[in-house]
Amino acid sequence: MKTQKKIMLTGNKAAAWGARMAGVEYVPAFPITPQTEIIETLAKWFADGILPGKFTNMDSEHSMFMAAGAAGATGVRVFTASSSQGILHGLESLYTITGWRTPMVMVNVSRALATPITLEPDHNDVMSARDCGLIQLHAETCQEVFDFILMGYRIAEDPDVCLPVLVNLDGFYLSFTREPVLIPEEEEVRSFLPLYTVSQPVFQASRPMARASAVFGGATYTSFKLQQELACRSAEKCFSLVAQDFEKHFGRFYGLVEPFHLDDAEYVFVMSNSFATKGKSAVLKLRQQGVKAGLLKLRLFRPFPSEAIASALAGHPKVAVIDQNLAPGMGGITYPEIVASLYTRKDRPEKILSVIGGLGGKDMDDQDFMAIIEHLDGPDERTPLYLYGEKDVSDFNRLQQIAKWKGALP
Amino acid sequence: MTVSVHKKIKDLHPHEGLTPGTGLCAGCGGLDGLRLGLKELGDDFLICNAAGCFTLLSVYPFTPLQGSWLYTTMGGAVPAAQGVRDALDIRLRFRGLEKKEDLNVIVVAGDGSTNDIGFGPTSAAIHRGLDFIYFCYDNEAYGNTGFQLSAASPYGSATQTTPSTDVHEPGTEINKKDLFEIWKAQKPAYLATVSPREPIDLSNKFAQAKELKGPRMFICMSPCPTGWGFDPKEAQMIAKLAVDTGIFPVKEYFEGKVVHTVRPRKRLPVEKFLERQKRFRHLFEPHRHDEVIGQVQKRVDDYWSQYE
Repeated sequence: MKTQKKIMLTGNKAAAWGARMAGVEYVPAFPITPQTEIIETLAKWFADGILPGKFTNMDSEHSMFMAAGAAGATGVRVFTASSSQGILHGLESLYTITGWRTPMVMVNVSRALATPITLEPDHNDVMSARDCGLIQLHAETCQEVFDFILMGYRIAEDPDVCLPVLVNLDGFYLSFTREPVLIPEEEEVRSFLPLYTVSQPVFQASRPMARASAVFGGATYTSFKLQQELACRSAEKCFSLVAQDFEKHFGRFYGLVEPFHLDDAEYVFVMSNSFATKGKSAVLKLRQQGVKAGLLKLRLFRPFPSEAIASALAGHPKVAVIDQNLAPGMGGITYPEIVASLYTRKDRPEKILSVIGGLGGKDMDDQDFMAIIEHLDGPDERTPLYLYGEKDVSDFNRLQQIAKWKGALP
Repeated sequence: MTVSVHKKIKDLHPHEGLTPGTGLCAGCGGLDGLRLGLKELGDDFLICNAAGCFTLLSVYPFTPLQGSWLYTTMGGAVPAAQGVRDALDIRLRFRGLEKKEDLNVIVVAGDGSTNDIGFGPTSAAIHRGLDFIYFCYDNEAYGNTGFQLSAASPYGSATQTTPSTDVHEPGTEINKKDLFEIWKAQKPAYLATVSPREPIDLSNKFAQAKELKGPRMFICMSPCPTGWGFDPKEAQMIAKLAVDTGIFPVKEYFEGKVVHTVRPRKRLPVEKFLERQKRFRHLFEPHRHDEVIGQVQKRVDDYWSQYE
């Protein structure tokens, strides 16, 4: 293992460095806060000639993802990034290019969705792309952002997979937070991730082909969709193999999920992305108070590693699934997926609580985690638990007074 | 300037890049236009297709094309063309792809996606100077969904969403968007209207466009038997009447100048074109709407008075 240079990088810069070290050749881009720093950094590197290839300023995220997918189908290593409304605007393209089965890596910098329009993070944006066939890796730290992009290309370009990979990081909390990131030598990266060689037919004159043709009849459609399903599912095994190889090269290991003080935990928080750091801090404080708390961090979100999640949670009496997203009328989006994973386990937790918190970047503090523990111990069976308290209500009332809200019309 | 390579029908290339046996309607004017265009461009092409009638060209596992095909989305054909062009350029420049592997990148889209949902991305691509050919088959409505109003539907035509009624006699009460003028404002490398009934003119325009770089835009008059309501065998006659009445000007824009490449010597009255189609039948039956027909005629006269 060669030495790795440690530099201070924001989550966005770490993403740009990941793309750079991966040897990306093509970046179609469109700006959106809080992602813009990624494409600005890459634009400069392409303009300086540090990165050979092409950076194209596109006209929307819909166009950007189409260009990215089409370039992938024409045989170059593609990277792009977006956020929030951009994911929604490009969603049709995301469904389209996953069906094209073109490898690439994209970054989503999570930001809550309108309405009301805001800038800080929650995960409704990335959850909206949950079912389109993307492989999703969710990052907690700037190091994970960098590492997941390198790993992402290995997974995306695996002949059994051939799908776009999305790496998720939280806006503001991670995108603009500087952390030390280990950047390996280029030579070492190349031995882990060689420059791009295609593993599937790509567009060129000697190889005419019709791609993404229309189909008639549900059976033909189903054949294609099941191939996509198998490819996406195969990415779970692929992730584990790539993670082993990654550890060999760089000394950092990534499991499908990350347990934190889990072994003897009586209370488990299930979390993802940057707020997992807040959860880990709360676990340590609770342990100091004698509360046996632990945390399970979700990492590979699509394909959904049901077995790994169920095995990690089975045997623990009380679990709180903290969703930093909200499906109005339903609650947390990951909660039912986790409950379904555990359903057939005899030793499944006796209580699995759904918690909604961190919407629009709303902070989660130690009191919130204590409230979750109390709720898990208490008689209240209502679910979900919203992390929204008395103080939040009075703060909002004050804003309404400033807005001169007169209440509902008679 | 026009590169005159063909003078007679028998000068046209015998090779077909688009072979018979597609799921498109009999008598589709746009299909004939694309067939003639591809003869000039040769087989080293990739078509990025926007959702529409021509999506039925390639239905799995068949394709009538000698070149490549990529179905995209309704508004995403042009950005897909951008991605393909960029990727080919990268491979040619940095990855040692041989020049003979290069492709003509073509967008094939109907007037609906061209004028509406795909309009912004197309404008952006012309702005970026994308090196591609755009082929818009203009049948003046959303044809594949059963003939609803598009921005290309002409005043006085009935569509499924602008029917002629007692309160809305003309059916469509707004004018066709002037796509040629809008595209011209962005100064593409080449811009032309073509008609399948003018194959020599069409072929020469594609021959010229093939030699150029940058955005090359085609609007192809596409008589539509199912939507316009005429017998498929009359498609060529309808296309001819569109030109002879002056309703469809056959022209090109190149190096800042607009030239009408086919000029009707003496324009026929517009009703010769209108009366043969079901979409205009309400203008003649049960009684004539002279005011509406007169409006159509006046617009045509006003257009040509700029050039006569």
